[in-house]
Amino acid sequence: MTATNTFDRPKLDWPSALRESGFAALAALMLTIPMVGFRTVDRPTGLELDMRFEEVAAAALLVFFGRLGFALIRQGQPAAVLVLALGAAVLGFVVPLPTKVLQIILVGGGLVIALRAAWQIWRGSRPVPAADAGPSFMDRFAAEVQRAGKWLGPVGVLFAVAFPFLPIADRQTIDIGILLLTYVMLGWGLNIVVGLAGLLDLGYVAFYAVGAYSYALLAVNFGWSFWACLPLAGLLAAFSGVLLGFPVLRLRGDYFAIVTLGFGEIIRVILINWYQFTGGPNGVIGIPRPSFFGLAEFTRNPAEGDIAFHQMFGLEFDTLHRIVFLYYLILILALVVNFFTLRVRKLPLGRAWEALREDDIACTSLGVNRTNIKLAAFAIAAMFGGFAGSFFATRQGFVSPESFTFIESAIILAIVVLGGMGSQIGVVVATILVIGLPEFFRELEQYRMLAFGLGMVAIMLWRPRGLLAHREPTILLHPSGGAAKAAVKGG
Amino acid sequence: MSQHTSPHLLNVERLTMRFGGLVAVNDVSFAARDREITAVIGPNGAGKTTLFNCITGFYSPTVGRLTLRHPNTGKEFLLERMPGYRISQAASVARTFQNIRLFSGMSVLENLIVAQHNKLMRASGFSIAGLLGLPGFRRAEREALDLARYWLDRVGLTERADWQAGALPYGDQRRLEIARAMCTEPVLLCLDEPAAGLNPRESGDLASLLTFIRDEHKIGLLLIEHDMSVVMTISDHVVVLDYGRKIADGAPLAVRNDPAVIRAYLGEDEDEDLPAEVAADIEASKAGETAP
Amino acid sequence: MEYFLQQLINGLTLGAIYGLIAIGYTMVYGIIGMINFAHGEIYMIGAFISIIAFLVIGWAGITWVPLVLALVLLLSMVFTAAYGWTVERIAYRPLRSSPRLAPLISAIGMSIFLQNYVQILQGARVKPIQPVVQGGVKLMERADGFVVQISYLQIVIILLTIALMFGFNQIIQGTSLGRSQRACEQDKTMAGLLGVNVDRTISLTFVMGAALAAVAGFMVTLYYGVIDFYIGFLAGVKAFTAAVLGGIGSLPGAMLGGILIGLIEAFWSAYFTIEYKDVATFTILVLVLIFRPTGLLGRPEIEKV
Repeated sequence: MTATNTFDRPKLDWPSALRESGFAALAALMLTIPMVGFRTVDRPTGLELDMRFEEVAAAALLVFFGRLGFALIRQGQPAAVLVLALGAAVLGFVVPLPTKVLQIILVGGGLVIALRAAWQIWRGSRPVPAADAGPSFMDRFAAEVQRAGKWLGPVGVLFAVAFPFLPIADRQTIDIGILLLTYVMLGWGLNIVVGLAGLLDLGYVAFYAVGAYSYALLAVNFGWSFWACLPLAGLLAAFSGVLLGFPVLRLRGDYFAIVTLGFGEIIRVILINWYQFTGGPNGVIGIPRPSFFGLAEFTRNPAEGDIAFHQMFGLEFDTLHRIVFLYYLILILALVVNFFTLRVRKLPLGRAWEALREDDIACTSLGVNRTNIKLAAFAIAAMFGGFAGSFFATRQGFVSPESFTFIESAIILAIVVLGGMGSQIGVVVATILVIGLPEFFRELEQYRMLAFGLGMVAIMLWRPRGLLAHREPTILLHPSGGAAKAAVKGG
Repeated sequence: MSQHTSPHLLNVERLTMRFGGLVAVNDVSFAARDREITAVIGPNGAGKTTLFNCITGFYSPTVGRLTLRHPNTGKEFLLERMPGYRISQAASVARTFQNIRLFSGMSVLENLIVAQHNKLMRASGFSIAGLLGLPGFRRAEREALDLARYWLDRVGLTERADWQAGALPYGDQRRLEIARAMCTEPVLLCLDEPAAGLNPRESGDLASLLTFIRDEHKIGLLLIEHDMSVVMTISDHVVVLDYGRKIADGAPLAVRNDPAVIRAYLGEDEDEDLPAEVAADIEASKAGETAP
Repeated sequence: MEYFLQQLINGLTLGAIYGLIAIGYTMVYGIIGMINFAHGEIYMIGAFISIIAFLVIGWAGITWVPLVLALVLLLSMVFTAAYGWTVERIAYRPLRSSPRLAPLISAIGMSIFLQNYVQILQGARVKPIQPVVQGGVKLMERADGFVVQISYLQIVIILLTIALMFGFNQIIQGTSLGRSQRACEQDKTMAGLLGVNVDRTISLTFVMGAALAAVAGFMVTLYYGVIDFYIGFLAGVKAFTAAVLGGIGSLPGAMLGGILIGLIEAFWSAYFTIEYKDVATFTILVLVLIFRPTGLLGRPEIEKV
């Protein structure tokens, strides 16, 4: 690693660089020959193979030259690598290639390597190597964002409140807004368990499902209103959280993760198979939409004796009213979760959560009842999940087990993890990345989960505590002093 | 135990702890008294930390009874029957760890506030009053802050109160852990090798901190320590373990000259194999000197 | 009685497959103390590589069944092992000294990635394959015509599993690699100081686990005749349950756990409702973790303070 900045000593170790790149290329060949080189396709005559060895070759070459490029950058040749990589990218862009995939690989790969080289040149030209200069760039950035939260938060809330009245707001964008806010709420809810208490819950969607089905079944079978069911659904979800949590919260972290995963699956299997109660795979349909706080309905022609929302406020009837109302509903619900989290962090309960995350044995020695504290985190997060579930049910008008698969849990977890465990703003940013972007790029839908998986691995490698993970103390002895500086010091 | 006149604070009776075939602590009995520093010493693997873990509820002993008597109220607790967290919460026994266990991602001050968890939890009405920000909770929080400030001052960490605990130098971390234990307002403080890794000056500071706690806060201390200079200067009473058994129990001076103890530390008839510095140490402590 | 016997045979076959996957979990857990969440996907990839190898070999014109099986098995083990190696190298090795949740989350990410990688490359539809090994031995026949039989395929699976277990045990007990592995399990730092190449040992552990998972994938391809990109998830959780049931870290335990899970599943499906057979497995997992976290053959773990 001492060769990081040796511009003046361009002594190249070709054999080792080539050996390294060759080995990486060999590994790439081993990986791609069976899976990329041969594709199974269904033909009328049975399963057959398509062969695409040009892609295998492209992948292996890319890995070879990429690795070589990195090796050369490490040996102090970023400029040469930059030129070559840019050249390759331009070549890929201009010269016609047999398939589109090849072109993408060449251009994309060239650009990535060029970026890496450019970064090295930029960093190398500064006097102090960044490696040993205290907190990294991202650490400082995360701290800045966290501090900016003081004004960024209210600005964000104001924007969210004003959004339906902005010119960009139409049915589609408000719908996306509702979707984003639902995931923000779920992310904030799960953040309590994962980010604060440090418990890896892989079955959060189970509580979402309990909330959704609670409302759906109560409303369809007994005709209860949304406003009566919302707290009830939250309570039922919290209760199921306690029921699950009580036996399993004693388990070590990784066992706990697997058991919660199992619990999520059990709930889904029950939902699919218990026809009489849950409607099986078809789910529950005809779930009533929420009224305006029980005062008015969002219909054009209300039933005898009722009043409709547009009549109540003397407006023209518009189906958008209901959507805007739903938008504000989920906004309020999400903000409740946020307010709760911000507040509880400064209470003994929240501090005990964070202490548990840091060291549970020390907690016991200080008289903290681990089980109760974890149970509280679990139940509260489950309750918020239940609220979100009820909202989901009333917005969709139907629920089915398909909405509550493990993938859903994984998405919510990805939001929490990518954003930075424990960071409220991080959750919002990650939701926009994870949910918002694919909404706008529908054609990339099938690559979405691929990118998720890769993103989770990459973020863990780069910043194991999450992208915007940064912790400010919840109480300061010297509020004005150099606290901020000291807090960053530990990273 | 009969030689002690004042009532005991902690009474360990016939404590035995087995792990499978290994007997880590074998039929150990002793008492620790209020306002005294009781040191438990012994060679490595003598069962000191196991003994500690039994007292503080991390292990439940195979056989034996651990009675803690609160000096003011006379209330008695059978520690071996209590779950780990109750030992701090109800019986008011606090401890530190051999490999420091701080909440390293949290600030120094937060570490001390978490130590007052139970008190604050009650005051916050299990978070409900806290969420509403009721005055009762605010007052409790101010008091907690005062206690934390007092101990920060005692261990000299006021300047660094808002630092991340994990970023403190090693010696500060040791002292912070003691301060954190004291913030639970214990009647018995158990310290597992508090001087390990400290330089002589820091050991000296530690010794005066511990005597301060004993004299000013009037509580009992139970101490596992290898640093004989610390043990011999500040202990009122020394218990020696070897291979899980108690081999000596008494005043520091008496223990130091006990042939069984010398044998345990030096081995029988192997004096010539002893490294020079260890021999010098023994000589020094025999002469009643203390290390600088 | 006859019905019971038939279920016993089916359960043993299934159990052998679970046991082979479970060994991968248990070995990795033993050596680096983490759940390799992506192991189920490695098994799925093993199944896909097997099916592709079958097609390639069929295309090459080799028809003698034992040779076909041997070649497919070999190819699947080699190429799947490459996946096992790469996953460890990319997603776990850089995280060896990170906060404890980090490798687990990385593993989940890897699992999601691999699932979608296969889905995109090979398509989401189930992949059927012509039966390669047919026929069986009729063991007994009931008056009403119910036949208890063990198919040749089941014999192959069970024998192959026994042979692998035997060979595997030899590796762990008898070779220097096995010694290095056991040393790393005890204390990685110390093993490293004594000249054991810890990184290489861990890599090889992943390679071995992946190769065994490939065998399981090969077996399942033959046994059921259809696979899809999603089979890794459930099989992974079940095999993990098997590893926990047998005592995580214990190799014979993993096999025992696998067989027990296989039997439970076979009998549950036969005598109770088939829909809830997965629930049964999860329930066992929860119960074992709560009441006997060390499993049947595991050593107790003492909480270090």
